[in-house]
Amino acid sequence: MFLKSVTAISLAALTLGATTSIVAAKEKKKPWEVTKVQVKAPKGSPLDYLASGYWFRTKKTQSLQNDDFENPGFLWVEQGKTLWSKVDGKAGKSCASCHQKAEKTMKGVGARYPVYFPKWKKMMAIQHRVNYCRENNMKAKKWKWESGQMLGMATYIRNQSRGMAVAVKVDGSAKKFFEAGKKFYYQRRGQLDMSCAGCHQQNFGKRIRADLLSQGHSNGFPTYRLKWQKIGSLHRRFRGCNSQVRAKPYKRGSAEYTNLELYLAWRGLGLKIETPAVRQ
Amino acid sequence: MAQPRVRVPKKIKKGEVVTIKTLIGHKMETGLRRNKKTGKKIPRKIINSFEAKIDGKTVFKAVLHPAVSANPFISFTISPDKSGTIEFIWTEDGGKTFTKTAKFEVA
Amino acid sequence: MSQTEQIEGVHRRSFLIAGVGGAAFATVQLTPGVALADKAAVAAAMKKAIGDKKPVAGKVSIDAPEIAENGNTVPIGIEVESKMAGGDAVKAVHVYAEGNPNPEVASFWFTPGSGAAKASFRMRMAKTQNIIVLAEMADGKVYMGKRLVKVTIGGCGG
Repeated sequence: MFLKSVTAISLAALTLGATTSIVAAKEKKKPWEVTKVQVKAPKGSPLDYLASGYWFRTKKTQSLQNDDFENPGFLWVEQGKTLWSKVDGKAGKSCASCHQKAEKTMKGVGARYPVYFPKWKKMMAIQHRVNYCRENNMKAKKWKWESGQMLGMATYIRNQSRGMAVAVKVDGSAKKFFEAGKKFYYQRRGQLDMSCAGCHQQNFGKRIRADLLSQGHSNGFPTYRLKWQKIGSLHRRFRGCNSQVRAKPYKRGSAEYTNLELYLAWRGLGLKIETPAVRQ
Repeated sequence: MAQPRVRVPKKIKKGEVVTIKTLIGHKMETGLRRNKKTGKKIPRKIINSFEAKIDGKTVFKAVLHPAVSANPFISFTISPDKSGTIEFIWTEDGGKTFTKTAKFEVA
Repeated sequence: MSQTEQIEGVHRRSFLIAGVGGAAFATVQLTPGVALADKAAVAAAMKKAIGDKKPVAGKVSIDAPEIAENGNTVPIGIEVESKMAGGDAVKAVHVYAEGNPNPEVASFWFTPGSGAAKASFRMRMAKTQNIIVLAEMADGKVYMGKRLVKVTIGGCGG
């Protein structure tokens, strides 16, 4: 039985973010800009409301995300765009050969992932799907999950859904993966015996040492983290979190993390995709 | 993937001081990190200097050290008195350069 | 889980989840195994740039966060009050980080075409420390600005 989180987000943190949007109101608002601090939580959610990780960061960090020029994450969006039209593999195709212009064909796609593919009976993240295409349709070598190319491609694809609401499907054939991800989220692990929920559901808005805890959503991933000084995948973040509670991290692309990614996406249903977000 | 990018206003009023923004993708490897598996030091490789020239004449110069974050962002101002072309040059340890140019109009 | 159970069960983790105040600032370096600069190193670095000139406080403003979101990428803005003409023109600006492995951060050179002595960039900070900026004027004077930036130890991933 999980208690609905009544932890109030530290008002200071939110006011910080809220003032940004008030000041920025003088300039023209871009359609994908993060304006709503509190978003309605999905039905059945243990949270009272959703707040993007954006609101838990300083104004300066937010300003890096607000400007596509200053946002270093866009270096990876550009990378992805270049790779999209690059012919690769024995079949002599590029992504564009089948998918034409990503701005059109990939719009909304990233927002639906991870997706269950009945043909292969697999729950797949964007990276899995890209590699599937590369291997089978392009006859090209798979890309490593955290390679420059895969990060570029995943960021480019998700970026096409920027400003659109997270829209994963968790019922029907996706249900068992969803339940597995949910179990993982609440499971305490590691020498520090902590769960995702312990920080991100029960204590968001509070600090763990000096880090301000967010609700732990994935709407900004792949994300440019100031700490990493580059774009990183959601599974990289999972590995970091698991390592830090002294639990053995799973592999990027593992079933455990893909199921968790699905569950996490559901927790953030309705939040706008911000890829490439800028976080700490 | 250096992918240098620059933001230069296309139209500048005479006497106006405008902000130029630049960003280049680069790891800015400090030379202090060690390979986690082998223990060997990862050699330094950074963008060590940046120069902006208007019609061949230097208008702004910077020397960077490893303390500059990866994907260096540098912004500065210019106040040109006539239309021209601005050239940006980033130089890496070892001498490799990356360049970008932009035109502007002064009215 | 009731509020009481939460509190009870959290005893092991309570020292990590600091509810009130007590942000942990990195007064200890975050880069183990790397020697950090000392006052002598900073003085030597400055001497390299301005020789034996004695800097005077003033004219330099440093735009930096009070607390860095993350020490690896800290946005810094420098501005020197100047008419950008005659002896008052700013020749160069030198940035130092007192507590980094190497105190030198960056140097910027301005010209009459600059319009203003302003520059922004992003830097790495190993720990809570002062950012010191020296501004060399055309008439030979050197002005100095100093700003303390706090760098925190994150709790998880920070």
